[in-house]
Amino acid sequence: MNTTIPLLELRGISKQFPGVKALDKVSFAVYSGEVHMLVGENGAGKSSLMKVLCGAYSADEGEFFFNGEKVAIKSPADARKFGIAVIFQEFSLVPYLSIAQNIFLGREFPARFPGMVDHARMHREAKKILDLLGLDIPTKTLVHDLGVAQQQMVEIAKALSQNARILVMDEPTAALSDRETERLFVMIRQLQSEGVAIVYISHRMAEVFSMGDRITVLRDGKKVASLLPGEATPDELVHLMVGRSVDRSYARNFCQTEGELILEVKNLTSANGVKGVSLTVRSGEIVGLSGLVGAGRTEVARAIFGADKVTSGEVWLHAKAHRGGPDKAVAAGIALVPESRKAEGLALIRSICDNLMLPGLPLAFPSRLYKAADARQIASALIDRLRIATPSSQRPVRLLSGGNQQKVVIGKWLGSNSRLFIVDEPTRGIDVGAKAEIFALIDQLVSQGAGVLMISSELSEIVQVCDRSYVMRDGRIAGHLSREQLSEENILKLSVHHE
Amino acid sequence: MSAASTNQRMAALAADLKTIGYRLAAALAICVVLTVLSDVFLTTNNLLNVLRQTSLLFLLASGLTLVILTAGLDLSVGANIGMSACIAASVIKLTGSALLGAATGVGIGLTIGLANGVLVALLRMPPFIATYGMLWVVHGVTYWFMAGTTIYGFPPGFRALGSGYFLGVPIPVYLMFVFLALGTFFAQRTTYGQEIYAIGANREAARLSGVPIAKRLILVYAVSGAMAGLASLVFLARMNSAEGDIGEAFTLPAIAAALIGGTSLFGGVGTVSGTLVGALILTLVLNGMNLLTIDASWQPLVTGVIVLLAVFFDTLTRKGGEARK
Repeated sequence: MNTTIPLLELRGISKQFPGVKALDKVSFAVYSGEVHMLVGENGAGKSSLMKVLCGAYSADEGEFFFNGEKVAIKSPADARKFGIAVIFQEFSLVPYLSIAQNIFLGREFPARFPGMVDHARMHREAKKILDLLGLDIPTKTLVHDLGVAQQQMVEIAKALSQNARILVMDEPTAALSDRETERLFVMIRQLQSEGVAIVYISHRMAEVFSMGDRITVLRDGKKVASLLPGEATPDELVHLMVGRSVDRSYARNFCQTEGELILEVKNLTSANGVKGVSLTVRSGEIVGLSGLVGAGRTEVARAIFGADKVTSGEVWLHAKAHRGGPDKAVAAGIALVPESRKAEGLALIRSICDNLMLPGLPLAFPSRLYKAADARQIASALIDRLRIATPSSQRPVRLLSGGNQQKVVIGKWLGSNSRLFIVDEPTRGIDVGAKAEIFALIDQLVSQGAGVLMISSELSEIVQVCDRSYVMRDGRIAGHLSREQLSEENILKLSVHHE
Repeated sequence: MSAASTNQRMAALAADLKTIGYRLAAALAICVVLTVLSDVFLTTNNLLNVLRQTSLLFLLASGLTLVILTAGLDLSVGANIGMSACIAASVIKLTGSALLGAATGVGIGLTIGLANGVLVALLRMPPFIATYGMLWVVHGVTYWFMAGTTIYGFPPGFRALGSGYFLGVPIPVYLMFVFLALGTFFAQRTTYGQEIYAIGANREAARLSGVPIAKRLILVYAVSGAMAGLASLVFLARMNSAEGDIGEAFTLPAIAAALIGGTSLFGGVGTVSGTLVGALILTLVLNGMNLLTIDASWQPLVTGVIVLLAVFFDTLTRKGGEARK
């Protein structure tokens, strides 16, 4: 921190994707021996910046300076050359290889015979690095047998073995226990004292302030502030993070009266990280399920729908206890619009008609005799109602645009008598016009008496569309905001660790 | 409205014909070539013979097609034929009742299929591995049961199933058309069929749409097993004798028939009628090689080339569909 020339400096970095400016003239500098915190809400540009840093994206404009010298980072190989290493949330380790093999994967030491590997040397070198990190695990241990924290340490060891001078960490404590977090912090302090620069993305206010030497706030792809921890309070920081430019084209009439209870979830806990969640959805309202990516929102949706194993807690539908897998959920009138429309929502090689009909097959054809002509008529009516742009109901879904595909994913539930719609990121990756149509459709559903539980990472969407919202953090409901309390700032305050 | 729906119906029919049309054309082309090259090919006897051989292969491959539509595979069908035939044979010998023997054969086939279904759907084993293990288990039990013996000589009533004629056409050919109709009806005209295609196209999307995956999977493996049981009876009636290794040569040709017929191993694409054409092409080629006195040792090579050609052709046309947009 006592040098005046940054180890790495980015100036005026921009990155454009179709329809969004992911990064807009962002400048960012990190010094040797410094922990530089990067904060911002979902979609603020943190991931994009990180990907530019490690060469996964090449910036449309802007300059890089390494030790004051102008350089180019256009590929991951360039980034490695300057000692930039990224530790993503999803590790890139091979489970059934040893720690040493993972550290030196693709860079094994050749033995005297060509094609053979000098295992003894590999384990010696790996041991040196682990010692440096204060890790006392045999280097022959399989990564599969390690806990999440230890796997993360192996990732760090791998980065150091490549002489990393700049370590980029994406929410490194998200999956760690308190004790593991402490050990990580000790290690970070040690790396820092050795002159490694650390870029640290976090949503936890406590660690942002305790570990950070400098904090940079991103919003809407722009850098809004770069400050020292003493210069702001956690509340002020949250205030800097919110206020994205929003599109106001989908205003709706909010629910005035209290409808009948459709869904009541009591203390739901699942194997996938839902921890004692309770919530309700009534007829005629859109209830938000908000929070940061990874807070457990999708997992709640899947647990209610029976797609993931529920370990304890209850789901009540229309005042009746409900249990069972997705087939039971659909029969009981729950519809799920899943997070990933291509992986979970659509049979891409099948026709629009086939996809639209699938959940409603038992209702449309109670005799189980499928009449293709009837199916085509029902599908054509849905295509008209949803305004799906296609010349024919027989066209494979994979040929549709993202927005039209999403309409199919929602539309397939219109023929299934669903009263509860759980929509997970319903507007992800679709253009503004299609977004407005999707919200109009959701609004139409609630005005006909359905209840909607809506997950969205776009805070502005939750604020504009929902009658009220739950906010999740770490698999739990962190709080509930009524229509009057609903604001981006309040959601974010509940979303981040704040003590 | 009715005119429009008739138009749509015609369009759908045309699409169906197009998907198997190329294959029918290929089968016809083979027929033309064989007619030119061989005096024997275009005789009633030979053509009926081709149809009878096709029918056995089709009966086995039709159930298998349903399994492959779910992106699954059933490698145990050959072993299934062996066990179903041997136990059916011994029941006929013991009781003298062809009916009881036939029921036992189909019942054994069904049971093996159900076991596959349970392994795949409930214990979530990969279909390739589950049915591969089942192949060995079934073989092993059959070998133990037969202890190297042969059972032969069945009542004429039973033998008619494989070698009898009705109105000059072999009985198995009638069975083939009955099960073509049943299979096509099941796959295209019931909601179960629709769900089976959906499972093969995207299992997770089907599950999250409320399709009871486990039930449907058990159903298709059970059908595949029962069809193997039925095929075993036709084969037994034709051969008039049963040995432990009777079904071993059937598994790979049955898979080949489905693939040549346009069913995708990735699931979600294919038809029962396509499989019939696939079985026909395979039988025609082997028949032609016999007529032209080409050594039988060439048959595997030729089968392999046809499978690769068919799959290559599908890759081309399906990519083309994407590009046409």
